[in-house]
Amino acid sequence: MKIQQYNLLFLYQETAALTKRLFIQLKRRPSTFFAGILQPIIWLFLFGALFANAPKDFLPGVDSYGNFLGAGLIVFTAFSGALNSGLPLMFDREFGFLNRLLVAPLASRLSIVLSSFFYITILSFVQSLAIMFISFLLGYGFPNIYGLGVVFATLILLVLFVTSISLCLAFVLPGHIELIALIFVVNLPLLFASTALAPISFMPSWLGWLASFNPLTFAIEPIRIAYSSNFNLDLIALNAPYGDLTCRNCISLLFLLTILSLVIIRPLLNKKLT
Amino acid sequence: MNQIKIQNLSKDYFEVKALKKININITEGSLFGILGPNGAGKTTLLRTLATLISPDEGTIKINDIDVVKEPRKIRELIGYVAQEIALDKILTGRELLDFQADLYHIDQSNKLERIELLINQLDMQNWIDRKCGTYSGGMKRRIDLAAGLLHLPKVLILDEPTVGLDIESRNIIWGLLNDLKKDGMTIILSSHYLDEIDKLADTVVIINDGKIIDQGNPTQLKNKFGGDRIILKVREFSDSHESEKVKKILEKIDGISQIVINASQGYSLNFIADRDKDLITKLKVELAYSKFKIFSLSQSQPSLDDVYLQATGKTLQDAELYMTGKRDLKKESKQSMR
Ligand SMILES: Nc1ncnc2c1ncn2[C@@H]1O[C@H](COP(=O)(O)OP(=O)(O)O)[C@@H](O)[C@H]1O
Ligand SMILES: [Mg+2]
Repeated sequence: MKIQQYNLLFLYQETAALTKRLFIQLKRRPSTFFAGILQPIIWLFLFGALFANAPKDFLPGVDSYGNFLGAGLIVFTAFSGALNSGLPLMFDREFGFLNRLLVAPLASRLSIVLSSFFYITILSFVQSLAIMFISFLLGYGFPNIYGLGVVFATLILLVLFVTSISLCLAFVLPGHIELIALIFVVNLPLLFASTALAPISFMPSWLGWLASFNPLTFAIEPIRIAYSSNFNLDLIALNAPYGDLTCRNCISLLFLLTILSLVIIRPLLNKKLT
Repeated sequence: MNQIKIQNLSKDYFEVKALKKININITEGSLFGILGPNGAGKTTLLRTLATLISPDEGTIKINDIDVVKEPRKIRELIGYVAQEIALDKILTGRELLDFQADLYHIDQSNKLERIELLINQLDMQNWIDRKCGTYSGGMKRRIDLAAGLLHLPKVLILDEPTVGLDIESRNIIWGLLNDLKKDGMTIILSSHYLDEIDKLADTVVIINDGKIIDQGNPTQLKNKFGGDRIILKVREFSDSHESEKVKKILEKIDGISQIVINASQGYSLNFIADRDKDLITKLKVELAYSKFKIFSLSQSQPSLDDVYLQATGKTLQDAELYMTGKRDLKKESKQSMR
């Protein structure tokens, strides 16, 4: 997928076209987008009410469960969106629309991956902002500018990580039924095995270990910290069984995972897209 | 000049040998027809040309560029209109063309002009701003063809472009193909319709079961027979024994050649009769002598179908019908999914 200098304009043109198509689809079929905002908000209400009386001492650094939950829901929304990003590609494969892209003289077929990535990133930003805004109205606070930067940086890494895996699956699995099944199986367990709903101190030790290796946790904790007024990158974000992780540690780990996933899937995408 | 050179091309799908050592040369600016029944290997051949699948053996060169080695250069040269039309239901026709134009890096100033021109040429003004999901088969074909033409390809590849179309759409497409040919575009078109190939193609290759039966100019191919096509039945439904006997009689008559028994049409006898002799009378006498009656006898100009019949013992239509029920297209499309 070597990109030559003079091809950059072409790469831009084709990536823009592919991204635009995804947004036109979104505009004409917006239901999943709104469901993606609605679902976490319903959760915020329900779980917030369910655990309203949870002992506050167990929740590190926050003063209510709703406050604790916000970060988890933001990450979960971005995660679900990214996990589903392979679906349009899978449908394009199944309906033969992908052939239209494959016979075109694309500057680089990387544009197919890039467009999905841009699309999901923008989508999850908008959804996250909506959730953040509503939880603000519910009295759960709002990060400062610095914190907001951390929220978005974390989301970008997570989205890149998960989108690349999902796109890969869209090429490897035989059809959309298998892809949907896999998404279904992976989605909620990963949420429950993270610190989205409860801190590690709440969990039996085996689950604690699991949660402290879960990439979702590495995204959730920095965002949770980003909400605190005295935010800085060296605050302890996670009391993992293997030791304390700072906010910076979590983001670095997420970064490493993302790079690793890109390195691993690259040969596969190369093979499928030449 | 030979613009496209296909040499020794072979392609297998597991145990199915879809193409067996195909050799074809295509002249620049000509309309090249590929005639063959369902399952002959037309789509496989065209997909290989379009860089969608790579051959197991052999080479294809367009303008001396190797299809396997430099696929991107080839993609710039060709327009490919697939047999299965894949449009995005949710985009309007115009949005689809706009999308396609960007995939081919057409610059903004030319883009609108090209799109407008094609909308007019294919008479799509009335529905171009409707969503593709609402289009009829004919509309889909036209928009798909327009998409393949946006970047003014040097070589246009069309896989069965008029199957199942309404007459209006078919005539529009035929008209456009003729215009494009006049402008010097090389067009490769596959079909299982004789009349389509006969009407449009400068050169035709007839393929069956992954192999070339014959190739050349359609008129030349037909004239090779040098006589009339006769279809004879001694009974409405004969059997192989009886028709073999009749065949023996026919073989003895001077001026009758290329006798084929067509089992799928009641064991009718198909043959070529020289025009200049009064063969029919002679034939009737000979048959009567051996106590055969004539149930029916038809006489016509030879068609490309006779070339096919001669080589395979079946008419194109029968072969088409026979294969249509046999293929598991779902499974095939799964297997060819990229
Ligand atoms: N993806 C596939 N997997 C297995 N067999 C295939 C596949 N595609 C085509 N075939 C087989 O290859 C032969 C040629 O098919 P094809 O090129 O589609 O012919 P045509 O276009 O002339 O109908 C047929 O026997 C068909 O069943
Ligand atoms: Mg075909």
